[in-house]
Amino acid sequence: MSEQDGRTPALAFKGVDTHYGAAHILKDVDLEIYEGEMVCLLGGNASGKTTTLKAILGMVEPTRGMVYIDGQPVNGWTTAERVKAGISMVPENRRLFKRMTVKENLEIGTYLRDDEENFEADLEHIFELFPRVKERLSQKAGTLSGGEQQMVAVGRALMAKPKVLLMDEPSMGLAPVLVAQNFDIIDQINRAGTTVFMVEQNANMALSIADRGYVLQTGQIVLSDTAQGLLNNPQMRSAYLGEA
Amino acid sequence: MTTVTTSPPRTASERSPVDRAVMRRVLRVGVLAGGVMVYTAAIGMFQTFNDKEIIDPILSLSYLVLFAIPAVAGASFSKRVAIEGIETEPLSTLDIAKAAIAGAIAGVVVALFALLVDLFPDLRGTFPKLGPQMVRLLTLEYSVASGFIVLPAISAVAAGAGAAFAWIPERIRRPLLLAGASIPVLSMFEPLVDDLFDEIPAITDFLYSPAGALTITSSIVVALVVAGVSYYLRQRDPIIKKRLSQSADVSVRRRTTIVLAIIAILAFVVLPQFLGGIMNELLTNVGLFALMALGLNVVLGFAGLLDLGYVAFFAVGAYTTGVLTSPLSPTWDPVLSWWFAFPAVVVAAVLAGLMVGTPVLRMRGDYLAIVTLGFGEIVRILLLSDWLSPYFGGAQGIRSIPGIPVAGTQVNATSPELMIYAVLVFVFIAVYVSWRLEDSRIGRAWAALREDEDVAEAVGVDTVKAKLLAFVTGAVIASFAGALFAAKVGTVFTNSFQILVSIIILVIVIVGGMGSLPGVVVGALVLIGILGGPNQPGLLQEFGEFKLLIYGALLVYMMLKRPEGLLPSVRRQRELHQDEFLQDAWLDKGEGDEPQSPGPSVAEPGGQA
Ligand SMILES: Nc1ncnc2c1ncn2[C@@H]1O[C@H](COP(=O)(O)OP(=O)(O)OP(=O)(O)O)[C@@H](O)[C@H]1O
Ligand SMILES: [Mg+2]
Repeated sequence: MSEQDGRTPALAFKGVDTHYGAAHILKDVDLEIYEGEMVCLLGGNASGKTTTLKAILGMVEPTRGMVYIDGQPVNGWTTAERVKAGISMVPENRRLFKRMTVKENLEIGTYLRDDEENFEADLEHIFELFPRVKERLSQKAGTLSGGEQQMVAVGRALMAKPKVLLMDEPSMGLAPVLVAQNFDIIDQINRAGTTVFMVEQNANMALSIADRGYVLQTGQIVLSDTAQGLLNNPQMRSAYLGEA
Repeated sequence: MTTVTTSPPRTASERSPVDRAVMRRVLRVGVLAGGVMVYTAAIGMFQTFNDKEIIDPILSLSYLVLFAIPAVAGASFSKRVAIEGIETEPLSTLDIAKAAIAGAIAGVVVALFALLVDLFPDLRGTFPKLGPQMVRLLTLEYSVASGFIVLPAISAVAAGAGAAFAWIPERIRRPLLLAGASIPVLSMFEPLVDDLFDEIPAITDFLYSPAGALTITSSIVVALVVAGVSYYLRQRDPIIKKRLSQSADVSVRRRTTIVLAIIAILAFVVLPQFLGGIMNELLTNVGLFALMALGLNVVLGFAGLLDLGYVAFFAVGAYTTGVLTSPLSPTWDPVLSWWFAFPAVVVAAVLAGLMVGTPVLRMRGDYLAIVTLGFGEIVRILLLSDWLSPYFGGAQGIRSIPGIPVAGTQVNATSPELMIYAVLVFVFIAVYVSWRLEDSRIGRAWAALREDEDVAEAVGVDTVKAKLLAFVTGAVIASFAGALFAAKVGTVFTNSFQILVSIIILVIVIVGGMGSLPGVVVGALVLIGILGGPNQPGLLQEFGEFKLLIYGALLVYMMLKRPEGLLPSVRRQRELHQDEFLQDAWLDKGEGDEPQSPGPSVAEPGGQA
């Protein structure tokens, strides 16, 4: 991380612990994500990946340690305030508002923005990324296919014009072709300037487009390196990259 | 030889399971229909309905309801469910035969019941409704023994007719059904018609017998007129439909909606002038319940929060008005006019909304329902308690609450033709506010909250604020109803704020259509106007005792058959259609239309299957 010296991270954890009741989930987690980066958080089931994202958005409050957005400590901020500060999430399993139309779902994404007059223009931007969404605009979101739902979920998050986009397992439940397409779009979004912090179990795929990665194991960061470094890490290869 | 002799029994045994299934179905439908018929008699509905003539003197409501049961049951035999790929069986005389047998079985069940009651007069000790009078009515004044012939015969005819009805071509069936329905409806709405045509006694004199039912002549005329008009309109139906679909364009739709709204408003403004006291009183009650239902609609229909103690806010409005305006108020000395008390009512409602809303912020679904249910009762019990009795009058409540002072007169229950306007004004306010809110930012936040609270939070909806706002808005609207209610009846006491009120309001919202403003208003009109509220009579006084039974049955029916309500919100309806339309368009395009991405990743030419 030496290359980032001197800059303020867009997002950072310092010694963060979280609990659900008595259960200790995150343990002394440190993270730093810089503007324009694409960082992935890898880890097995129940390692605390989703919890990390929830702690960023303030849906879970740390029991110890600090969360920073743009260098500002945000402990105690509401979720709405953090969204307003430029954080937006594509939740695990998409979680669209199923009984609302695609358009209404995208509209909700702009909820905290003041410039509602730009809605149509931003919608056009979403259509450029996902031409398919345009045809489905007045369809109920619950009747979309899994791939289409993923597009709308990303669209909904982008409608908030975020500085940092959080993605919780974007590849979950998608066919390989769609996963590849999906990662492509994420890459495109990142290149257009949005910082991306992505939680994934599909380590190979995630590392192929990410700049850096962290590996979480039972709530602790056990590895942190550049994507290339992680891909070459022998420990990593045996544990997460499906090689003996 | 052997092959020939063995083959017939084989086919018989092959067919027998089918036959048995049919027989079982006939038996089941028959016994079920008979059971329902017996039930109406056992709870005393049948006997009560006997006092209401439908066609004087040949048909009373009791027999109409009794034999409508086998007719509906019989119709089920002609029902065909269309399943794609499987040819539906054509209607056959066999269906009518099956229906008639089922009807006869139902009749036998009823006759057996009559016999049972006749044989064991002691049953009356436990079931006071069962007695010789019921037996006499049930067997149509014949002997119990001949009941075994008469009842199955009539039920069989009714059931057979129900099944045969499906044979009539659609073109004629509909006018026929409407004509048939118009007779009981007109007979039962006699008070309304009487009231409407007060000035033209010739109409009511022609239509109704002294007992207040249609006569034989007038029913024939009514049926013919209704059938004729409906037949004519039906012929023109395609033209009207076409015109409507041509105006699919949004601005025209919008204009139509606005015109319809104006007509509805005008009707509401003008109508009370033509109605007498009783009808205005009834409409006032409809308005009060519509107001409360509109408030609950914000909480439940918009924000998705199931508040089962909603009556508490109604009580807050009524008691605040009572305490501040009554000269007999035990707590408050200066007697304020209703207008000056009103701001205090709103403040009290806001506080009550926050008080209920805050503790339940973290609760969801069933927990929220249970806790709010408790709140509703706690308010009532606290008002009755030794602690609060000195301030709010305990069981006696607060009396001598003056009406709403308007231009020198007091508007209250003694002037229903004025009270109705006071209520209407607030209903309009509630409708307008709800309409604007639904379309606003907070409306969108509520919709998100209703659909998925976690995600709503993640997209930046302040769920705490949104929930509290929903509770407060709902509370304020209910408090309007409370303030009007106190001024209208002049007395507030805890009996008017039973849990039942919350339930009835909930039923109005559900039956009308959650989240649909016209639905909620129509729900109130239909339920409170026709059946009546917990303590308020409706148009059909005959149903008085069985009101709750009908409410319950209606709720179950709606949940099963039409969960979106009588008048679901137009927007949702359109979406549904659009949905189907898009899906069809999608299918028409066929395969080969795989997800397109601007990226290079769709490497495989032709895509995947
Ligand atoms: N609301 C909650 N209450 C109690 N425990 C929770 C809650 N949410 C998560 N947990 C627990 O915290 C641990 C970490 O959960 P988390 O959702 O962060 O895992 P994850 O890494 O995202 O897993 P997956 O890859 O399966 O999504 C799990 O053991 C989970 O059971
Ligand atoms: Mg997870």
